[in-house]
Amino acid sequence: MSPSSPSPDDVIHSESFLQALMRRQLGLSVACAATFLIALIGMPLLNYFAPAQMATRVAGFTLSWLILGVLFFPFVWIISFIFIKRSIALEDAEVELVQRSREKI
Amino acid sequence: MSPFFALIGGVDPWIFAFSFVTVAATVWMGFRSAKTAKTASDFFVAGRSVSVGWNASAISGEYLSAASFMGVAGMVMSSGYDALWYPVCYACGYLFLLLFIAGPLRRFGAYTIPDFAEGRFDSPLFRKIAVCFVLFIGFFYTMPQMKGAGVTLAYIFPGMPYWAGVVLVGAVITFNVALGGMKGITLVQAFQYWMKMFAISVPVFVLMAVFGFYNNHVGANVAAGETSAPSTEVTRKALVEKAPKDNAWIAPFGPLTTKAVNAAAAALPAEKRAAYLAEHQRPYSLLYTYSLIIALVCGTAGLPHILVRFYTNPDGAAAKRTTMWVMILIGVFYVFPPIFGSIGRNLMPELYSGVGAKGTDKVVLELPTLLGAKSGVLGSILSGITCAGAFAAFMSTFSGLLVSMTGALAHDVYGRMLRPQASAAERMLAFKAAAVLVGGVAIGLGCFVEPLEINFMVGQAFAIAAASYFPLLFMSVWWRGMTMKGAAIGMLTGGLCALGAAALTNLGTLALDKGPMGKIFAGFAPLNGFWAQHPLLRILCEQPAIWTVPLAIGLMIIVSKATSAQVPADIRMKMLVLHAPEKLGLKQEYIQEHQAGAGH
Repeated sequence: MSPSSPSPDDVIHSESFLQALMRRQLGLSVACAATFLIALIGMPLLNYFAPAQMATRVAGFTLSWLILGVLFFPFVWIISFIFIKRSIALEDAEVELVQRSREKI
Repeated sequence: MSPFFALIGGVDPWIFAFSFVTVAATVWMGFRSAKTAKTASDFFVAGRSVSVGWNASAISGEYLSAASFMGVAGMVMSSGYDALWYPVCYACGYLFLLLFIAGPLRRFGAYTIPDFAEGRFDSPLFRKIAVCFVLFIGFFYTMPQMKGAGVTLAYIFPGMPYWAGVVLVGAVITFNVALGGMKGITLVQAFQYWMKMFAISVPVFVLMAVFGFYNNHVGANVAAGETSAPSTEVTRKALVEKAPKDNAWIAPFGPLTTKAVNAAAAALPAEKRAAYLAEHQRPYSLLYTYSLIIALVCGTAGLPHILVRFYTNPDGAAAKRTTMWVMILIGVFYVFPPIFGSIGRNLMPELYSGVGAKGTDKVVLELPTLLGAKSGVLGSILSGITCAGAFAAFMSTFSGLLVSMTGALAHDVYGRMLRPQASAAERMLAFKAAAVLVGGVAIGLGCFVEPLEINFMVGQAFAIAAASYFPLLFMSVWWRGMTMKGAAIGMLTGGLCALGAAALTNLGTLALDKGPMGKIFAGFAPLNGFWAQHPLLRILCEQPAIWTVPLAIGLMIIVSKATSAQVPADIRMKMLVLHAPEKLGLKQEYIQEHQAGAGH
């Protein structure tokens, strides 16, 4: 594919390495995004199909107002915290993998 | 002299003093850092050396615009529950940016989105197309900032016309940016985040201590099916005629999302209205809500002035940590503006009758003056603090936009297209000239938008970004089969459709204005008649993201498949640079290879 690659036998230039790398990263991102999207898409649906339950009063707020106006923010922080921890760990693992295979050669 | 006295008559000295100090401090910081910014690279991305804390504060400072500071509160007051989607999605959009775009883009290493567009597809032509959207989105985003400026100045100086405030503030910021550039801006933005946080939180706590807590103010509204309000601790003023009813305000699918259907029902004979509303109101407003969510969440990832800051992090891990901090900083902030909105509904309902600069958009500024009756000068001081925060809000966002747009003009249009051989001094001069040009156009546009809600206009800028840059970035990062033609056609079609829809909506709204704008835009009045017949089209025009984003992504896939022979030859290397950890040093290798191979 790219004849000018300096060391074609190096593991990082192999097709399988790139595919595995992207799949792992995308897997992590999609898992986090799915958690978030379920909540984001679910809220209007709950408002639509269960208006009475969502209008339950919690200390003056409606349940729906409390979730959207206050609780949604910490929920997003938790998702992003988990994502950042895992994605930094993922990168470290990849660097280690490459270095180990380079030592073998 | 008499117009001058008319202008300063009725000015509260405290409010004036706080606002003046904010403006003076901002301008001073800009000038001070202008001395240290010497090269063009300093101006564009601040020499790429900003720590996580500074950078997170600066991104948040730039992101929290007049829409967040004034617009969200005004819209929660005018529309209730549905307006809560704005602050939530403004904050959550960052998660999307973090999950899919921030890391890869940072690893690829380019100054701006046009840089990325060119590098990813090896196409200088595509760079030119991408530059257009920096300007489209930017101008849509500057209009609400200018309205914020006009409203705030009209509040501080009761005799001042709206347009004069726009011109004055616009000129000061343009001058500041032309002299300081981004190095100054990073410092100023970080300072302004904390300024805004202070200015929104302190008055809220004092107001809640005196007039009752957040939950009591929301609880003072009687929801559908309730016989009395759950909280009776708040003494409400009587709502005016133009205010939405309690049950519509507090519940989902309220006045914001049902406006089009209500207008359509009003055009029907009286006996058909109830059946029409029962059938269409809720489904259409569900559609509106989803379209709004898509625009705001996807749009955050495509804002030109936000993405450029990821390049000022030292590495990809720092870029991710920065995003985490940004989400915390803006998330905490966004809890406060809706509190202003719900207190304002109970205690300052007269704002519902105001139009333009005198309407609900100024609730954040004026609400603290209620304390004046109880504790004298404290009300004025707190109102002065919120005015200072409003200044920080529109000044920081406007400067950030101005830097991005000026950068696009000076760095891309002048430096790359018109005169690639220009010297460093000529480039600096071009930066300053472009700043003045962009600032002038933004001021001109800002003078027209007084009747439009601040928050709504920002939502439109997000919708355009969501249909243009977001599909471009998302697809180019994760799909190697993308070709330049696919990316360009998808981005142009999606973005221009969103732009056209947003412009049509605004022209229709301006034609309804009872003031001078209504006369200027009277030619567009028939549009509203058409929409009353077709409320679904009105919703798709007002919130276009639900069809423009899939359209852009769909076109990208179809056209890329059709032109799959044109996928860049070194796509595997590009993908590696986008995704492999920076510690592996692929970027250097890629640059060397690229220079040896292609020769540009």
